[in-house]
Amino acid sequence: MSHSAGFLGSTLGKKVLMAVTGIILFGFVLGHMLGNQQIYLGAERLNHYAELLQANQALLWAVRSVLLFCVAVHIVAAVQVWLRSRAARPVRYRVFRPPAVDYAARTMVWSGPIIALFIIFHLLDLTVGSAHPNYIRGDVYHNVIASFSQPVVALVYVAANLLLAFHLYHGLWSLFQTIGWDHPRFGFVRRAVAVLFAVLIGAGNIAIPLAVLTGVVR
Amino acid sequence: MKLTLHVWRQRNPADAGAFATYELEDVSTHMSFLEMLDVLNQDLIAKGEEPIAFEHDCREGICGSCGFMVNGVAHGEQPGVTVCQLHMRHFKDGDEVTIEPWRAKAFPIIKDLVVDRSAFDRIMHAGGFITVRTGSAPDANAIPITTENVEHAMDFAECIGCGACVASCPNGAAMLFVGAKIAHLGLLPQGQPERAARALRMVEAMEREAFGACSNFRACEAVCPKEISISGIARMNKDFRRVALAGPAPARGKRR
Repeated sequence: MSHSAGFLGSTLGKKVLMAVTGIILFGFVLGHMLGNQQIYLGAERLNHYAELLQANQALLWAVRSVLLFCVAVHIVAAVQVWLRSRAARPVRYRVFRPPAVDYAARTMVWSGPIIALFIIFHLLDLTVGSAHPNYIRGDVYHNVIASFSQPVVALVYVAANLLLAFHLYHGLWSLFQTIGWDHPRFGFVRRAVAVLFAVLIGAGNIAIPLAVLTGVVR
Repeated sequence: MKLTLHVWRQRNPADAGAFATYELEDVSTHMSFLEMLDVLNQDLIAKGEEPIAFEHDCREGICGSCGFMVNGVAHGEQPGVTVCQLHMRHFKDGDEVTIEPWRAKAFPIIKDLVVDRSAFDRIMHAGGFITVRTGSAPDANAIPITTENVEHAMDFAECIGCGACVASCPNGAAMLFVGAKIAHLGLLPQGQPERAARALRMVEAMEREAFGACSNFRACEAVCPKEISISGIARMNKDFRRVALAGPAPARGKRR
């Protein structure tokens, strides 16, 4: 369809693609974080939850396919938009101090690729097991504890999730703008929603390696 | 007060250009930034040198002609003013000031601090207008408009097209300019018949120019001399998404 092709060819359309795939990925990250909180309820509970997720392989792979597709679209659109913006200022300023640009916005272009690399490591560590020191298939609780007991690995998880929180904060706020959800009186809620979910997801994820490292969970 | 200026000098579009340094001995705090440059230019002319080229017209902050980077910020650090309304009292004795033209591929440099902003004109030609019967002035209050919409439309109508938004955007994007135009006309009853076609044509025209994409940095909003809100960008995004996905229906105006 030529209209949607024109739409997706525009930077505005590509940003909408990033927003929509971002919402789906955000939903996953939120569910992932909430599900993983069961680690505080003990090995049996967490392993049972993992079994439940693995029970229907067809559904599992359908969900994984959707997520992978979203990641791919998100990245391709991001690269296209980034290249266009880079080309828009071929000669740099000698002095350039644009006001109001916050840390999260400025680092999106770095937090994105770093998070992508982290996800690959995370999958090899706790899903495939090939980057894990002592991987036991099915014993998720053991795998998490063993992995996070290595201080360097635990710190990688903490750092990556800190970046993820920043990425989500700017992404969540940004997507309201991109999709055009704004209101003269309620527009401020968008910032609050972004902060709330970024902190919630960041704190929930970071707490687990810290809990293992400090011996709260063992 | 004494000032050291580092000014971008470029003879013509093909010239590579370079910074030149000028020492000013006796700058009055009552001067505007452009008057300070006028004084420097008088000195340069007296010495037989080429004066610094910069655009200016009204010098009261409403025409949109002037504008360049002062120490890395469009129109300088004072919020809500164009560089003609920036006064030297905001500088201290001994300050070094770097003056650079807007840098964007879509705004090629013509000479020194003067850039070609006709990309903005081409976007305006694409849809920055309403089609009305001209003639005698219409009766006041003949078309009811809510106060809220009048106020918002006027806020967006303040855009003077100076280009500070593009210059300050780390992506070199023109979203605030185009968003302001689309929001300004789209908020008024007179702008409704062409609202969808306008969003489509103006965004398409913007994308044909070498502007970047929006990353929601908000630098545009922070430097805008008219303090135009990025909510105009949200409106543009919404109007464009609706028409681009729905396609041009006959009622939405003809697409040329």
